[in-house]
Amino acid sequence: MSDELLEMSGLTKHFPVMGGLILKRQIAKVHAVDGIDLTVRAGESVGLVGESGCGKSTTGRLAARLLEPTAGAIRYRGQDIAHATRRELKPIRSEIQMIFQDPYSSLNPRQTVGSIIRGPMEIHDIRPPGGRDARVRELLETVGLNPEHYNRFPHEFSGGQRQRVGVARALALEPKLIIADEPVSALDVSIQAQVINLLQGLQRELGIAFLFIAHDLAVVRHFSQRVAVMYLGKIVEVADRRSLYERPRHPYTHALLSAVPDADGSARERIRLAGDVPSPIQPPSGCRFRTRCWKAQDRCATDEPPLTRLDGDLDGHLTACHFPEEPTTTGHDVILDPALQT
Amino acid sequence: MTIPFLSVRDLTVDFDTEDGVVHAVDGLSFDVEKGTTLGIVGESGSGKSVTNLAVLGLHDPAYTKISGEIVLDGRELTTAPRRELERLRGNKVAMIFQDPLTSLSPYHSVGRQISETYRRHTGASRGEARGRAVEMLRRVGIPHPVSRVDDYPHQFSGGMRQRVMIAMALVCDPDLLIADEPTTALDVTVQAQILDLLKELQEQTGTAIILITHDLGVVANAAQEVLVMYAGRAVERGTVREVLGTPRHPYTWGLLSSMPRLRSSVDVPLVPVRGTPPSLIHVPPGCPFHPRCDYQAQAGPDLCVGDRPELSPHRGHGDACYLTPAHKREIFADQIKERL
Ligand SMILES: Nc1ncnc2c1ncn2[C@@H]1O[C@H](COP(=O)(O)OP(=O)(O)OP(=O)(O)O)[C@@H](O)[C@H]1O
Ligand SMILES: Nc1ncnc2c1ncn2[C@@H]1O[C@H](COP(=O)(O)OP(=O)(O)OP(=O)(O)O)[C@@H](O)[C@H]1O
Ligand code: SF4
Ligand SMILES: [Mg+2]
Ligand SMILES: [Mg+2]
Repeated sequence: MSDELLEMSGLTKHFPVMGGLILKRQIAKVHAVDGIDLTVRAGESVGLVGESGCGKSTTGRLAARLLEPTAGAIRYRGQDIAHATRRELKPIRSEIQMIFQDPYSSLNPRQTVGSIIRGPMEIHDIRPPGGRDARVRELLETVGLNPEHYNRFPHEFSGGQRQRVGVARALALEPKLIIADEPVSALDVSIQAQVINLLQGLQRELGIAFLFIAHDLAVVRHFSQRVAVMYLGKIVEVADRRSLYERPRHPYTHALLSAVPDADGSARERIRLAGDVPSPIQPPSGCRFRTRCWKAQDRCATDEPPLTRLDGDLDGHLTACHFPEEPTTTGHDVILDPALQT
Repeated sequence: MTIPFLSVRDLTVDFDTEDGVVHAVDGLSFDVEKGTTLGIVGESGSGKSVTNLAVLGLHDPAYTKISGEIVLDGRELTTAPRRELERLRGNKVAMIFQDPLTSLSPYHSVGRQISETYRRHTGASRGEARGRAVEMLRRVGIPHPVSRVDDYPHQFSGGMRQRVMIAMALVCDPDLLIADEPTTALDVTVQAQILDLLKELQEQTGTAIILITHDLGVVANAAQEVLVMYAGRAVERGTVREVLGTPRHPYTWGLLSSMPRLRSSVDVPLVPVRGTPPSLIHVPPGCPFHPRCDYQAQAGPDLCVGDRPELSPHRGHGDACYLTPAHKREIFADQIKERL
């Protein structure tokens, strides 16, 4: 048996856009996720990056089967769960858990921390050997909270502590896969570091796999062994972190990496993308990045580039581009911002 | 010695609340020169926004006590009459906030919002002001400004709205621009566009900029000087090169070592500042950072908990910590540098 835990293939989610004056009917659709292939192996952390609206959260919610896909397959330990019923999903639900960005709104303010963490055990009727309370105290300790915090309420905690409560709740059922949707984006750097270290410990010591969604490329690089870059509902590049960050091939990956300001202030290739991300209701034909790409040719408008391994790239480093960049992160300036050209 | 364009001296801002007096800013001093950018960094609640609202005169005097001096281009602002402050705001001093949606009115076209600001301060005619609005939209890189000037904020993307905010802030050619987390809500590529834009506009107009951010990368790329705040005080100050290259204060070390970087080794774990942010009602005595600091033993624990360290030297690269310069150099070289 392979160690593939979660396999998504051709995964697609379109949201209907309703309209019409009298009878509401579907007039268009949002191509939130449009045929992506992505695998998470047991114990591995896969990062998912890309700009706002590119479909990261939708992918995460599909992977946790909180959403049903429009098309494509989701295999969890070999079983296709794309259209599984509630009953069929029940045993799997405990193995796949989610952590969300906003530690406050995802915790019920009227419940004590203890009962929040107990919740999943009650829903799934799980009775740990030492009893649920003991397990909750153990979990509080695992995430670096004081077991005495059992009877406190979420508002008595700082942002980082609340995020720990969310993590403890996710751990209650001993998941094999955690889908973390921007788990540290709302936190201060120092608290962010505490939570990243905590999650890293869980991955190493408990062998939990992660689908780690974030828009901060440095955070993803630090936490994930493999990284996928999304643009407008598609994966444009995926690779081992080293290969992706040191030898990126897709122009969009180059643009993203060059836009990250570094605290050492050193000069890097500057690529400034022109304009905005196009609407996911009418994504561009062919390659979706072509409207902002400095290498686009006629072919980019007609043929959609497949996600494949390019000459010279490592195994598992896949890029969807007809005219990929040289594998380097240094080079000449490309400035495409209309405001800067005048 | 010339007088700095903006000079803040011993600024203190206290809020009267039900729980007690919140000492949000306590004895803060800094300068900003024309044509330069001062970055203010520090964790959430360290007093970055409160400081700048004080410069703008936007605190409610009913429950806020402000003392110290804020001198802008030779004028003392803390004692200036309300009317004068109102005239300054939007004209000589302008601001950009993190969330453009809450600062732009959804009911008026962006062109109207920009031109109204302009008319209020210059008395220009409607036609003139509209022309100015179009020009500003063009300057901040909105494509087809003539046709977009009548659009409403919701018709723009997040990055474009932030550009509109910048257009509105700059329409009267302010001498000082305060940007409070102007790019925090934006994607990196859009952030890069906005930072470039601010830089470019600053080159054209010589505006002084205060850039508040929690992102040290943004500071490194967009500012010349940095002020690191902790518990309402300046703990370190200097040029970007000095503060980010050879930081001296344990809190600055903590900030830098908790931040993952694009080029740092992925095998080196992040080192967060331990503990939790201080109460601003019962501010820790002595050095406010001492409950979270790992270097008290070297500095002398009696000093750290006894007296508040002053920011020294008064000019140039300064920090507020009792460690000796030799200790700071040694600790940085031996323990901190490898984490970055
Ligand atoms: N329930 C929904 N109904 C309609 N459209 C939706 C729905 N959920 C998401 N979308 C749209 O699908 C696209 C992808 O959204 P998604 O939330 O997955 O993006 P994201 O990459 O997570 O963005 P962010 O970084 O802002 O969180 C967006 O255009 C979004 O507006
Ligand atoms: N009107 C007010 N009344 C009472 N306390 C206040 C008020 N405004 C701010 N504070 C407190 O003053 C302190 C400093 O707040 P400030 O908004 O300046 O922080 P900041 O550094 O800008 O943080 P962030 O990074 O979260 O924006 C905080 O503890 C805050 O709770
Ligand atoms: S003064 Fe003391 S407690 Fe404060 S930062 Fe320096 S060593 Fe640490
Ligand atoms: Mg999202
Ligand atoms: Mg603030």
